[in-house]
Amino acid sequence: MMSKTHYVFKPYNVGRWITWGLFALLLLMAPKVFTSNLSISMLAQMGIAIIACLSYNMLLGQGGMLSFGHAVYTGLGSYMAIHALLRVSEGMMNMPVSLIPIVGGLAGLVFAILFGYVTTKKAGTTFAMITLGIGELVFAMSLMFSEFFGGEAGITADRMVGDPVMGISYGPNIQVYYLIAVYTFVCVALMFAFTRTPLGRILNAVRDNPERVEFIGYNTQMVRYLAFIIAGFFAGISGGLAAIQFEIVTAEVVGPVRSGGYLLFTFLGGATFFFGPIIGGVLMVLAFVLFSEITKAWLLYLGLIFLFMVMYAPGGIASLIMMNLRVAAFGRLRELWVSYLAMAGSALVMLAGAGALIEMVYHLQLSTAMGDTVAFLGVPLDTTRADSWFGGAFVMLTGLGIFELVRRHFMRHWADIQTDIEKEIKRRETE
Amino acid sequence: MSRAHPEPTPQARHYDESISHVAPGGYALELRDLRKSFGKTEIIRGVNLAVRRGERVAIIGPNGAGKSTLFNLISGRFAPTSGQVLLEGQRIDGKKPYQINRLGLSRSFQITNIFPKLSVFENLRCGVLWSLGYRYTMFRFLADLDDANERAEQLMEMIRLDKKRDTLAMNLTYAEQRALEIGITIGGGAGVVLLDEPTAGMSKSETGRFIDLIREVTVGKTLLTVEHDMGVVFGLADKIAVVVYGEVIAFDTPEAVRANPQVQEAYLGSVLADQQAAGH
Repeated sequence: MMSKTHYVFKPYNVGRWITWGLFALLLLMAPKVFTSNLSISMLAQMGIAIIACLSYNMLLGQGGMLSFGHAVYTGLGSYMAIHALLRVSEGMMNMPVSLIPIVGGLAGLVFAILFGYVTTKKAGTTFAMITLGIGELVFAMSLMFSEFFGGEAGITADRMVGDPVMGISYGPNIQVYYLIAVYTFVCVALMFAFTRTPLGRILNAVRDNPERVEFIGYNTQMVRYLAFIIAGFFAGISGGLAAIQFEIVTAEVVGPVRSGGYLLFTFLGGATFFFGPIIGGVLMVLAFVLFSEITKAWLLYLGLIFLFMVMYAPGGIASLIMMNLRVAAFGRLRELWVSYLAMAGSALVMLAGAGALIEMVYHLQLSTAMGDTVAFLGVPLDTTRADSWFGGAFVMLTGLGIFELVRRHFMRHWADIQTDIEKEIKRRETE
Repeated sequence: MSRAHPEPTPQARHYDESISHVAPGGYALELRDLRKSFGKTEIIRGVNLAVRRGERVAIIGPNGAGKSTLFNLISGRFAPTSGQVLLEGQRIDGKKPYQINRLGLSRSFQITNIFPKLSVFENLRCGVLWSLGYRYTMFRFLADLDDANERAEQLMEMIRLDKKRDTLAMNLTYAEQRALEIGITIGGGAGVVLLDEPTAGMSKSETGRFIDLIREVTVGKTLLTVEHDMGVVFGLADKIAVVVYGEVIAFDTPEAVRANPQVQEAYLGSVLADQQAAGH
């Protein structure tokens, strides 16, 4: 071993303390700001989704493993947790409700050990295909074994079991929220810590260039397997929290739609940065709870947004933020605000047009009995009249045209700024 | 596992005595009747080669002679069809690349093979982790691993990339990437280092500087390198192995190889003529 030749100055990382402090404060204060029952329930769900998306990103963003079956681990975590909760309420097991999510986590871990061994044998397309297969397998089994999975009705349990500890009975929503908040904080911190460990870094190396990793002493299959197991553990905790939050677990929690949701929102949030999936988790709940209330066509809108992100911002929202922060750090962000405003404006126009068309189509398909008119953004649109359709199409195409013009102009400007920044970095390096 | 070794030559025995931990035969790397076929085509056709500890060996030969395949067989990328590879007297043929690396053999690649999305420092740190005992460690922070960080910093200075510490590997120049690859290769402290065309694609002045660098960072190591530039070969190598059609037709000092009529005929004559014509 090498001896220390010089004293290494390790300053207290103030920035990091502030960031984590703010995160804790945010978790603490959020229900004081959004006080309604719905918003507290949504906040709780956001915590659950954040853990799930971050655990998913351990595979996707950090390990380069595209999984189509992550819901297997969150879902089986949910099932084991709710069964544990049932045992506790039947008096067959003694365990505080606060620890039930750990049961979920251990279930996720065990199933990841089991399935992961096969899954992580190969990377790339093979990996993706096997996760898809295992996802389908577990979902199919959930419909077959109704003893464990509860069939169509699912499994219900009551989280108010045992005597309240220090007044905490988990009856009120807010108590459950704070339980989830604590788990969220700890899990996020642990998952962040993982990215700073040797295994976490080698996982990045495996993502970048698995072959090279084999020649620096690591078994890439083992690296993927271990990462998969850890991801399974956190996924399971997320599932366990969901079981306590909803007090019901149905087969859809292990289903392909849920798996797809994790993929979609992790990607939207941004897989290349640690905090990307946190944004993704928040968006996921907003979309599933609020957006789905506003319009029946919400999945279609979601698909469109996803499409646009993949095409124009493959790094997700996190990477958009980071790129703009970089531009801001070099004092160039101010030049761009006109372009941003124009793009946002034209995008809204385009969206309004597309929205009008989509809502009219949905109206024709689903609710013709309610009359021919559909109110969209306060405008009554008559689905039987051609001018409504032409109007919608006209607005959409106009928006699209302007957007494309502005975007091209913006891209040129953006490229110029990037070149300038590169030059500036080079200049500073040589100084 | 076969432990039968030929009697070491008197010369080899003399060499052995000067080194503390002696492997049977005294060779760092030994190939015995190594063969590799792809389908019906035999690419490596019975290679025998014994490299002493600390020797620098250049492998030369025409394109398609099997030089890179030989490296792939030694480093475990492919398993040989038959024959043996011995590292410090221990059979390594058929083992996985990571197992071979752990036993003290490391290699670089003809096509730059680094971690593009990691910084220079992270690339090098990844290269040293296993050898320092940080295997699949997940309960310690990288920042606290003083030995690994120090070693990575040292490497960074050795390959003269200390000014590019936090630059992503994909943003380095080609020559810098080649240097980084050498850094990753030697980082784990392997005693036997295989460099596959380390100077490929570099300009003449870059090549010169790079050879100095290679010489510097491989001091005390056993070095095998595939190289096309004859200037480099004769400047760097203690011994030269000439591979033609999957066989070693000569293995000797540069002077002896240069004078060998068989080598002249098969390969070197035409190459030297070409390089002279090209103004080398």
